[in-house]
Amino acid sequence: MVTENDNLLEIENLSIRYGKKPVLEGVSLKVRRHEIFGIIGPANAGKTSFLRAINRMDEFVPSMNVTGTIRFDGRDVQKLRNLYALRRGIGVVFPLPVGLPLSVYDNVALAPRLRGVRKQVELDEIVERCLRRAALWDEVKERLKTLGSLLSGGQQQRLTIARALSQDPQLLLLDEFSIAIDPVTTMRIEEVLKELRQEMTIILVTNLVQQARRLADRTAFFLAGRCIEINLTEELFTGTVQDLRSREYVEGRFG
Amino acid sequence: MTENSPFTTTAHERRSLSQENRFRLLFLFMAVVLVLPVLGILSVLVLRGSPGISLDFLLEDPRNGMKEGGIYPALIGTLWLTSCALAVALPLGVSAAIYLTEYARDNWFTRLINLAIINLAGVPSIVHALFGVGAFVHFLQFGHSILAASCTLAVMTLPVVIIATRESLQAVPRAFRDACWSLGATRWQTIWRVVLPNSGSGILTGIILVVSRTVGETAPIMFTGAAFYMQYTPESIFDQTMALSLHLYNVSTQVNDVPKHLPFSVALTLIGVVLTMNAAAIFLRMKLRGRKKW
Repeated sequence: MVTENDNLLEIENLSIRYGKKPVLEGVSLKVRRHEIFGIIGPANAGKTSFLRAINRMDEFVPSMNVTGTIRFDGRDVQKLRNLYALRRGIGVVFPLPVGLPLSVYDNVALAPRLRGVRKQVELDEIVERCLRRAALWDEVKERLKTLGSLLSGGQQQRLTIARALSQDPQLLLLDEFSIAIDPVTTMRIEEVLKELRQEMTIILVTNLVQQARRLADRTAFFLAGRCIEINLTEELFTGTVQDLRSREYVEGRFG
Repeated sequence: MTENSPFTTTAHERRSLSQENRFRLLFLFMAVVLVLPVLGILSVLVLRGSPGISLDFLLEDPRNGMKEGGIYPALIGTLWLTSCALAVALPLGVSAAIYLTEYARDNWFTRLINLAIINLAGVPSIVHALFGVGAFVHFLQFGHSILAASCTLAVMTLPVVIIATRESLQAVPRAFRDACWSLGATRWQTIWRVVLPNSGSGILTGIILVVSRTVGETAPIMFTGAAFYMQYTPESIFDQTMALSLHLYNVSTQVNDVPKHLPFSVALTLIGVVLTMNAAAIFLRMKLRGRKKW
């Protein structure tokens, strides 16, 4: 029996290199179940590479070299045989909305189909549920057959969230999801995320420090490939910080 | 108007404007020059060849030492050769391109394969012909047959298929693959559901090029399976066959006292076959493109 563990993700001494170029060095952190874990930091801090290492996307980048251990739900992801099952358990939302050139329906039905769901009724149910949870259903229910990539940017980003949800992930990785969408849509998605945390754990990488403040329970500050600080979000913004640079960054004095 | 008005043209601006015009005219001229030979060829062929074209010409056997009658066996033979060559080259070439873009890592082995493809593309067709004789006619014992000739044509056109397919696969944004992989899709699921449906039009472009080249080639088939004259249309891939391109060569140079219009009519038919196949492929491509774009 696996004992119930409070931490969904345990990362020890994680380093990532592309070829000889190091992008992340010696990061150790734990992400608890059902928390929103924020990661902030300027460009080239290694945030995106960190996310890619979690769902083992290094498999598709020959030059990407990952050392250290990542335990997802108690299992070491480096030693997993079935990476496809791992990735099905982890939803990803990319910075720029990637509406696959499939219909809205097929975008959301893709993941269920990949894992073998064939029944139309079942697919219909999943598609509607995921689109509703991503706050997109009302806008697209009349045109499920149109091309996903023809939706507006904000709609596409909610479409990718719906797609990520269709995997029933335990963990949702959001990589600067609001970079290409308007503030109103961003707020709507943020509301969605607050509800989603009842069911899953969320890692939110963001360039907007205020977004981390609004959403994250705890926040990590990455800088130039190192994890400078992990703290309760409120501490980071108003309380005592472990490193002065964190405070300077969240107050906008550099980065 | 004063000299300082923002709308006064300076000498430098006048120079760049006239330069702009000269380059525009130069490029326009080049583009027109490009069209002229095509128009020239087509108009000569139509003017001199069309009097000889009739349904009988297309559907009758050649008579009287190929000086009279039609070209039916050659027309059918060309269709046989082209479709068999495509049937060999497409699965091979598309699979190889998929392997090279979607699976292969960048190492000495894939670089070797790439080098081989580029070199294969540069081999003259007459060398392919000799290779075909050695490899397919004799070594694999296909004999002088449609099979041997089609295989030779296929080997010759493989590089075009591979390169065109590879380029259209690479044109599919990496982000689509990332998105699909992160849903837990295998490489093959990603290729089948996302990559191939979006590179179909590019692959078709490659096929258009291949068809045009295959239909017109003479050297590779003349030693491997095309016949000077046959009274019958082929019944299987192990028969020999006449072919339009070789027939054109024969009536132009090998047969005496051919009526003047005959070579032009054969050439017009040859071009007609190419254009018809191209038109079909372009039509298909338009349908695919209309379906989706990102």
